[in-house]
Amino acid sequence: MSSQLINIQPMSQPVDIGDEVASFSPEVEKEIDWHLAKYPVMRSAILPLMFIVQRERGYLDPPGVAYLAKRLHLRITDIWEVATFYSMLHTKPVGKYHIQICKTLSCKIMGEPGITEHVCNKLGIKPGETTADGRFTVSLVECLGSCGTAPMLQIGFDYHENLTAAKVDQILGSLP
Amino acid sequence: MFIGAIGCEPLQLARVHLENSHTLEVYRKHGGYESLRKVLTSMSPDDVINEVKKSALRGRGGAGFPTGMKWSFVPKDSPKPKYVVCNADESEPGTFKDRYLMERDPHLLIEGMLIAAYALGAKTNYIYTRGEYRYLIDIMDRALEEARAANLLGDKILGTEFSSEVYTHTGAGAYICGEETALLSSLEGMRGHPRMKPPFPAVSGLYASPTVVNNVETLTAVPDIIRMGGEAYQKLGTEKSGGTKLWSVSGHVKQPGVYELPMGYDDMEKFIMVDCGGILGGKQLKAVIPGGSSVYIMRADQIIGKDVRMDYEGLVAGGSSVGSGGFIVMDETVDVFESTKNLTEFYKHESCGWCTPCREGTDWLVKVFRRVADGGGRPEDAQLMLDLCDNIEGKSFCPLGDAAAWPIQSAIKRFPEDFKKRLAGNGQL
Repeated sequence: MSSQLINIQPMSQPVDIGDEVASFSPEVEKEIDWHLAKYPVMRSAILPLMFIVQRERGYLDPPGVAYLAKRLHLRITDIWEVATFYSMLHTKPVGKYHIQICKTLSCKIMGEPGITEHVCNKLGIKPGETTADGRFTVSLVECLGSCGTAPMLQIGFDYHENLTAAKVDQILGSLP
Repeated sequence: MFIGAIGCEPLQLARVHLENSHTLEVYRKHGGYESLRKVLTSMSPDDVINEVKKSALRGRGGAGFPTGMKWSFVPKDSPKPKYVVCNADESEPGTFKDRYLMERDPHLLIEGMLIAAYALGAKTNYIYTRGEYRYLIDIMDRALEEARAANLLGDKILGTEFSSEVYTHTGAGAYICGEETALLSSLEGMRGHPRMKPPFPAVSGLYASPTVVNNVETLTAVPDIIRMGGEAYQKLGTEKSGGTKLWSVSGHVKQPGVYELPMGYDDMEKFIMVDCGGILGGKQLKAVIPGGSSVYIMRADQIIGKDVRMDYEGLVAGGSSVGSGGFIVMDETVDVFESTKNLTEFYKHESCGWCTPCREGTDWLVKVFRRVADGGGRPEDAQLMLDLCDNIEGKSFCPLGDAAAWPIQSAIKRFPEDFKKRLAGNGQL
């Protein structure tokens, strides 16, 4: 217990953000403008913009965070504050394919443990880990709203439902 | 998976099986946007609110607050802009009805939002969708584009003086953002922390302006209310809960799905055992959570032979509540200690950390559950869990704390054997 207490870190750890600010293509800038135009208050666009930065850069890396702060006229800490609250935002690199297995009750009783075991054995990693080649990250996540088609997992934004071990093999085998 | 109506004509699910049901063409061919036209050309905003009041429509997100009354709280004389925000942050375990409404009939939601926007005088409206439902945001964006091109959205809608815009917004993975004030914090670009009420969003919501936050299912009920009249809609259900209700059914049933039933459907046993095909693999029913993970768990003997009526009052009388209408059906193989532990882990993960009773309480509950699960159950542990729940329930800043406590309290009370067998000396309760 005491060792746990000593190891507690502040929520927003000091990060060396450096001087680098990310830049994006004109198409991506246009997409960002489209989101910003939806709101009377710039800050409201923070989540859609974070998803764009994450898509373009893999995760919310320091240059990406610096870009968001500059674009939204916010402080770096404002960006970190939001980024650390939401489970879909990554402040550390994740695998190219982020496999998120739903572990909440309906999926749990409909076979999630077997699916998790199968995925992890196949990839040779445990939940929370990334394969050495950086291709796959496996996470156990809370309810994704697919309870009637349980068990399920999501890869990136794609839903895969009514899973069996054979179906998991087929899905993983079909990834480029 | 089944999607359809039982015991009534489908209203909200009327078009879901049509080919290309998500397109404007199909929606209009089946009477789509005629309610909006009726509202814009022949009704005053007050007329609309009165119809919704007459319909006895109650909020379908979980709290069940009368929708017409919620709308009437928006001050008419406010100089500030007004907003309608659709809560599509469907994250309550066991609930997946909004997903299919948006996937199959996005224009129904747009029409419902525009009618609400007209009634409240809102020029800008947002659909806050959970981040994981990205494919639905894409479907909604395409539908909004279609509506805009057909002059059903934007300036001078259908050639009238009414102008209003609807935009999609993405969440990013936080159950708490389904709570309406946390949703508004998130939509303003903050951490999703709930806010003190009062002031209620109707007075001071998004950007401190009058705001109505309604669930997807609530807003998609509105076009039918306008089409058939509030009274006729109410008569489909009961006096206090009008219309039809969507129930998401998952777990150990032969036919899981989204079921549209008239409010006050008789009865819950028939629903599970006949309509949903009964229990998988010929096993016995053990427990049902009827309203999403936050409501009281029910024993089979509270359902079988008990004529539990499926509406707000009926389910309370039966020992639980409607919540979000998410049925999780569990057979005899389920250990209720394990199922309750699973949900407690969920609430601990989703507690936003804003208030102490919920943040610390859910964390301690999980620690006790894990210790018991690992074989270290002490005689007093079930009582310890109840004491922890007592320190959360009614003492947290928002209802998430209550939602974490209720499943545990009801599980220990109704399935004491599943807890006691894990505690040293068969426990003390």
